[in-house]
Amino acid sequence: MRTLQQVKNELKDYQGEKIAIMEVCGTHTSSIFKNGIRSFISPQIQLISGPGCPVCVTSATYIDKIIDYSLQENHCVLTFGDMLKVKGNNLSLTEAKAIGGSVRMLYSPLAALKIAKENKHIQFVFAAVGFETTAPIYALLLEEIIKSKIKNLKLLTAIKTIIPAITYICDNEKSIDAFLCPGHVSVITGSSVYNDLAKKYHKPFVIGGFEGEHILAAVYEIFQQVLSKQYSAKNMYVSVVSEDGNQKANAIIDKYFKHTDDYWRGIGVIKKSALRLKEEYLDFDAGSYFDEYLENSPINCRCKDVILGRINPTDCPLFKRTCTPLSAIGPCMVSTEGVCGIWYKNREVQQ
Amino acid sequence: MKIDISYGSGGKQTSDLINNIFLKHFHNKILNKLEDAAVLSVKGKIAFTTDSFVVSPLFFKGGNIGKISVCGTVNDLLMMGAIPKYLTASFIIEEGTEFETIEEIVHSMQVAAREAKVLIVAGDTKVVEGNGGIFINTSGIGEIIKKGVSIANCHIGDAIILSGNLGEHHAAIMSKRMEIENDIMSDCAPLTAIVKNLINNKINVCCMRDVTRGGLATVLNEIAASSMCGVHINEDALPISLEVRGFCNVLGLDPLYMANEGKMVTVVPQKQADRALEIVQKSKYGKNARIIGKITDGQDVYMTTRMQGKRQIDVLYGEGLPRIC
Amino acid sequence: MCVAVPGKIIEINGDKAKVDIMNNIVEVNIRLVSVQIGDYVLIHAGCVLEVLKKDLAEEILWMFNELQEGANENSSAG
Repeated sequence: MRTLQQVKNELKDYQGEKIAIMEVCGTHTSSIFKNGIRSFISPQIQLISGPGCPVCVTSATYIDKIIDYSLQENHCVLTFGDMLKVKGNNLSLTEAKAIGGSVRMLYSPLAALKIAKENKHIQFVFAAVGFETTAPIYALLLEEIIKSKIKNLKLLTAIKTIIPAITYICDNEKSIDAFLCPGHVSVITGSSVYNDLAKKYHKPFVIGGFEGEHILAAVYEIFQQVLSKQYSAKNMYVSVVSEDGNQKANAIIDKYFKHTDDYWRGIGVIKKSALRLKEEYLDFDAGSYFDEYLENSPINCRCKDVILGRINPTDCPLFKRTCTPLSAIGPCMVSTEGVCGIWYKNREVQQ
Repeated sequence: MKIDISYGSGGKQTSDLINNIFLKHFHNKILNKLEDAAVLSVKGKIAFTTDSFVVSPLFFKGGNIGKISVCGTVNDLLMMGAIPKYLTASFIIEEGTEFETIEEIVHSMQVAAREAKVLIVAGDTKVVEGNGGIFINTSGIGEIIKKGVSIANCHIGDAIILSGNLGEHHAAIMSKRMEIENDIMSDCAPLTAIVKNLINNKINVCCMRDVTRGGLATVLNEIAASSMCGVHINEDALPISLEVRGFCNVLGLDPLYMANEGKMVTVVPQKQADRALEIVQKSKYGKNARIIGKITDGQDVYMTTRMQGKRQIDVLYGEGLPRIC
Repeated sequence: MCVAVPGKIIEINGDKAKVDIMNNIVEVNIRLVSVQIGDYVLIHAGCVLEVLKKDLAEEILWMFNELQEGANENSSAG
């Protein structure tokens, strides 16, 4: 029988060729560190963090715009805690607050409704960032805004879809052998989206949950597939991920949003990777269509290579030298879930 | 009735405020004299500290800004092996604050001071423009009963005792802000009994540190840096309530980095560890104490995780904010 | 990238429900799912995303059983 201990032993004793596994989701990265997983598997099994921190891949131009809103008279920006620390080309929302910006942190986008109704004289802008997981919640918010005829709440969207980003990496980064697919995005998309990817790219695509055991089991499944050279998509998070995903959620996303090309900070444009409000709902949009993206790319910053899994954060010349969580240079250092931020704060130990 | 700017004028209204609220609750022989400064007698060496309190919301489950302002300074004195004797209390009150609010806060301060056996012997009040906020500074003096207690005094092999559950103050405050209903109470408390009992029972305490802002992770890193040693803890040994775990899961927070207001870390020689643990557990506010790890060689803080992995624990960077996406 | 937690539905009021997450009660929107009181659900940013089909303990047991099969296939192949 395969016990947790046996799985750990096999993953630890492996001495074959290197296996590079990209965990796409930032919450996976965080859980890998919290559980110290790297410390008890073979260094030949590399866990490489991908582009799945929405805050890190949100363009600096977007952040500059949301900061402008926070500083406008009679305006207030509503946002998740995640967005407060990330810098645009000049400031972060936290810094904007210090010079008089109006910013409120919320747990749920839907809490914005009550706040807007209670403060009719203030124009609220919700910083709608996130991936497929959060998109239907913004759709619900929009539906309520329309239904309740709320005039003082708009969305500035930077909603991205992760599947096109995975495809982009498959096309451009040959060094990644397998993908640990994002569990909560898959709740919405369904597991079937990975079937074609597995066939096309001949790689394992394994959906995992977020407990240490989930991740270990998913890594082990990938390990088995690589050894047996039989690659497939496999759902290891069956408690919440179904074959077809959440149909109601997808229907409401399709009702309000359309797929457009999008700019990923540190990467560039990825085709059909954004969800933006359809033309008929642009009255509720605070200007999410940008003509161009200005990015003061810091010299020597290698966030792009980090996000694409080409290097580990420790390979970047700025990491821990000039780029630290307190004075972040690249976008991956600024967010709690940014790859570099997580690597900085959590060093695992090879035993 | 609400405070307006005239209560900070130094005239009749200021003296009414002092008499009707501050003296009414804090009254003692030294304060009652209303001199420009308190005249105090102390024995031997003293510890002296100050702290300012800016909590929002002012009231939360398990306490309020007043209780914290007494406990915080009392605990800082205790951590140096000192028995707290006297506190000062300065209030900066924004106009628009209800008298009842001030009185409730002051009353809580007196209750906490009585429990910690300290006298509030001097104070000050200012009223500023604003909208109902209160900020409190307390300073305190304590008489040293155990010399040499220091964050720089830990040695390889010493045991690390944590006095109880992590994260409760932070979770109580954040629950109110984020509108999450639970029974989590702030752990805000004076740790006098634990410290007195350890010292009176001849435990050779090397270091004591209250675990406040920055959480356990930050305290352990401070110990490692000051004592030039390593620290090793076990995740399985950390006392954390089910509610706080659930709360952390909802908001993506880590209990290692959450603030507490009535918890301390004690470092004791290994051979006294079990006895010290028993003493802490039998003391008020120490029931859930655990030995969480030990001092090692090296220079960093490591934790053996629930899955028997090993990871480094760094200090808190910036503010520990809830994350959703 | 997306923090989501399991909880139990304890009260339903139209499109809203109260869920219990390890003794923390949070009000959530249930428009994206069909739920009943007593259901365990996955919650993200104040919204139920899905009804849980297994609990965590069951899922972990299931996962390692799955792995066993994989390993057996492998050893028989090798």
